[in-house]
Amino acid sequence: MVSFLSHLFNGISLGSVYAIIALGYSMVYGIAKMLNFAHGDVIMVGAYVCFSALQYWHLPPIVGVLISIVLCTVLGMLIERLAYKPLRQSTSLAVLITAIGVSYLLQNLALLIWGANNKVFTSIVPFDALRLFGGELVISGESIATVVCGVAIMIGLNAFVRRTKMGKSMRAVSEDKNAAELMGINVNRTISMTFAIGSALAAVAGVLLCSTYPTLTPTTGSMPGIKAFTAAVFGGIGSIPGAMLGGVLLGVIEILGKAYISTELGDALVFAVLIIVLLFKPSGLLGKPVREKV
Amino acid sequence: MSMKKKTFLMTAVTFAVVIAAFIICQVLIENKLMSRALRGQLIPICCYIVMAVSLNLTVGISGELSLGHAGFMSIGAFSGIVLAAWLKARFPELSDLARLLMAIVCGGLFSGVAGVLIGVPVLRLRGDYLAIVTLAFGEIIRNILNLVYFSLEGATLHASFNQPVLPGKFVYNGPAGAQGVTKIATFEVGFALVLFTLLVVFNLVNSRSGRAIKAIRDNRIAAESVGINVTKYKMMAFVISAVLAGMAGALFGLNYSTLQASKFNVDASIQVLVFVVLGGLGSILGSVISATVLYVLPEMLREFAQYRMLIYAVILILVMVLGNNPTLRGIVNRVGESLRGKNRKGDKAA
Amino acid sequence: MKKLLALVLALAMTLGMASAVADGIKIATIGPLTGPYAIYGQNVANALLIAAEEVNALGGVQFEVLEAQDDQGDPTLAVNAYNALMDQGLQMLAGTVTSGACIAVGAEAFNDRVFCLTPSASNDLVTADKDNMFQICFTDSNQGRASAQYIATYGLATKVGVIYNNAIDYSMGIRNTFVAEAAELGLEVVAEATFSDDNAPDFSVQVDAMKQAGAELVFLPIYYTPAANILARAKAVEYAPIFFGVDGMDGILTMEGFDTSLAEGVMLLTPFSADSTEPRTAAFVAKYQELYNDIPNQFAADAYDAVYVLADLCTKAGVTAEDSYDAICEKLIAAITAEDFHYDGITGDMQWATDGTVNKLPQAVTIVDGAYKLN
Repeated sequence: MVSFLSHLFNGISLGSVYAIIALGYSMVYGIAKMLNFAHGDVIMVGAYVCFSALQYWHLPPIVGVLISIVLCTVLGMLIERLAYKPLRQSTSLAVLITAIGVSYLLQNLALLIWGANNKVFTSIVPFDALRLFGGELVISGESIATVVCGVAIMIGLNAFVRRTKMGKSMRAVSEDKNAAELMGINVNRTISMTFAIGSALAAVAGVLLCSTYPTLTPTTGSMPGIKAFTAAVFGGIGSIPGAMLGGVLLGVIEILGKAYISTELGDALVFAVLIIVLLFKPSGLLGKPVREKV
Repeated sequence: MSMKKKTFLMTAVTFAVVIAAFIICQVLIENKLMSRALRGQLIPICCYIVMAVSLNLTVGISGELSLGHAGFMSIGAFSGIVLAAWLKARFPELSDLARLLMAIVCGGLFSGVAGVLIGVPVLRLRGDYLAIVTLAFGEIIRNILNLVYFSLEGATLHASFNQPVLPGKFVYNGPAGAQGVTKIATFEVGFALVLFTLLVVFNLVNSRSGRAIKAIRDNRIAAESVGINVTKYKMMAFVISAVLAGMAGALFGLNYSTLQASKFNVDASIQVLVFVVLGGLGSILGSVISATVLYVLPEMLREFAQYRMLIYAVILILVMVLGNNPTLRGIVNRVGESLRGKNRKGDKAA
Repeated sequence: MKKLLALVLALAMTLGMASAVADGIKIATIGPLTGPYAIYGQNVANALLIAAEEVNALGGVQFEVLEAQDDQGDPTLAVNAYNALMDQGLQMLAGTVTSGACIAVGAEAFNDRVFCLTPSASNDLVTADKDNMFQICFTDSNQGRASAQYIATYGLATKVGVIYNNAIDYSMGIRNTFVAEAAELGLEVVAEATFSDDNAPDFSVQVDAMKQAGAELVFLPIYYTPAANILARAKAVEYAPIFFGVDGMDGILTMEGFDTSLAEGVMLLTPFSADSTEPRTAAFVAKYQELYNDIPNQFAADAYDAVYVLADLCTKAGVTAEDSYDAICEKLIAAITAEDFHYDGITGDMQWATDGTVNKLPQAVTIVDGAYKLN
């Protein structure tokens, strides 16, 4: 029982990281209608920047996180401006391949800048683990911090999208880009803003991911990126609570699958569940169904 | 020029290029003019040409974005390897060529079965969802291959799932993959496989079924309304593509003494997709050429070691961004049109 | 289009046939210079250059080190890399770095008759049935056996857990002999957990399994990158067994940003310690640091020794730069397996069996206050 609870909490913690990444993915997809494969690599850059701030410049953790957020935001907007914007009228396949190119580019730049040696990220979470059942069940401080951050970000983002003017224009662009433009919404600025927010979230996710799983390599972000995208689709792409739900469920399934079936099967199980969900509910758990126009 | 004549010409040119390339290679090899590095890449190049052409059938001609093509390749590779090892133990009198051909057929068969099983659910989805589900299936295949074990005890083949204990010598050892494979792949068979692939794909594309497949790609609802069985034709393209990928996989697997399932990950699928997109969606000759050039390119950039993947990434982005730039496109089109004179109408239809 | 293809072919050929200047015996290595295992390949490639320069300066055998080739740890790319080196006139290979790639290249080198002395590919299959393949490092089975014996002899624990990577030959090879030897010696393996690079970096399930089973000692026959994650995870859930590693654990202390207190008390078998005061080791470490601004790990030390062994062999067998690679191969095989041949390097005093495996003494070290302490 204790071990089940332990796995469950580990799953929720892992899932919360997926969820934060998925939030960024989901927003970008919902608004720009593109699979941003480089999103996972922005996470990696965020973690490296924070690592450098702490390790080389000896800055306090909070400053490191802020620098990382700012740099990733700029990076995200830059990528959008240089690589994706010229392709806005092209096929989704062309955009996908470009995103893959950007992903390779970021990974190899990181390899050149930070070298091939793996880095170890020092956890920035200041509080201790939580002990339950007389020390039988230990929930690490990082797990708690990740879950709290995930929930806070989801609530904040939801409020932003519902209440602010920028949030409303984002929803409008995601509904119908052309109509939004006719209504006087600056579509380019809105998309750019979406990338900025998504990338800032990626930086946070990178810091949290590496606080829990400390080794940092140029490919650190790839697999979490793919899983997070899966989570976004699972929860219903474009839906903010959906991304959160999808992420957490995915993390829990992965850990329980690894614990009770086989460590090799964790990922397979995640993807199998995704396929089943999509077959019965093609727009994801909380997504809106899309009707095809003739 | 009529449309029919044009497709015939394209087919003829493609075959001519491939056959000429083969002859050039053979002459170079005979006269010891080809470097070892390039000679060693001939078989993988054949495999990747088949991979690219078969993926083009799914992505370019059928219009379904697939991110799991390497999964089919891995099924073909490992079923081929296991069969070849078993045949060697059971029928030692068989020649290497016979074993290789049987392994290729077996690879195609297993991969085709997987194609049917995956195609049924996958083809109900569309667009990016289809992409993510094919990616998911690719990953599932890889995970399952990590749980499978095969061993040979004399001529008896043992298999197990999730239990790495078997009598005899491992042929396929879960995550550690296939080991001690006897290399029996040859360039001649690779070339024959490329020809076979081209024959199958061109035949399909230029047939009634091929036109139905393209009609579904261009407008599914319209195709459906004129009575085309959408599921049937989509399935046809998907499964043929899987079979060809499996055959390429078997050839690939029997070209190395050791091979792991981790080789066939998302990156591998994406690599083939890049071949297809840069070669031109729907263009078979384009796939052939881009698979060749893009497979050789990183090997040629060896001198730049650390920078080569960086260069590759930059080229990829530039080609996509500039290639889709309306001004540049306009210039290219105008030049093309003036060269081709009055064939504009035929172009649009193709 | 035909022109394009022909152009590509022609270009590839000219690149492959780089001009050959016969000013030394051509040696090279193949290893992961990029990708997740890049540190191993780069360490070997760097140490190779250092050692070759030293050997050349001695004035005896002269080596020309060809550019190290990248295989990203992938066996199929390693074969391409090997072919590229053969085009450049390679005469002997100080590689490859990783086991899987070495097995693949070994099959080619065996057919071509190219002598290979791998610094670090430790899997038993690397040398199995191939008379041209020799290792500087211990074989995996030796390491697994030696680890179990050490644990039993010193009574470190009776309940043992193992976490290993079932996707790499190295880890599985050590695990297999460790478990077999542990059973012989009366150690109880209470839990085993696997991972592969695919499902790293989450080790919560594996560490929990060890904790639940009450393992007093966790044996980690893995590389140090996942080990760092495991140690961090164990600390996070307040689980503190003895962690016992193998040579792949070497390098954990030099990871940038690693909190060395996590590794306090970790034991490992390694033939090399960068903190050693032995003069040759100290000189090598100092030179490496000066040139590459990094502390060399055991892979680098193995590569350093490999070059000296090759130089010694070439002197003994009278190999010159004019000899063909297959002639060299036969000469070196005879020389290295000669009964009186041994080499005392910075990773120990080594002697080779005809099956290609090395015989040298493993050393156990414990990490105390962020440094190795010889036991």
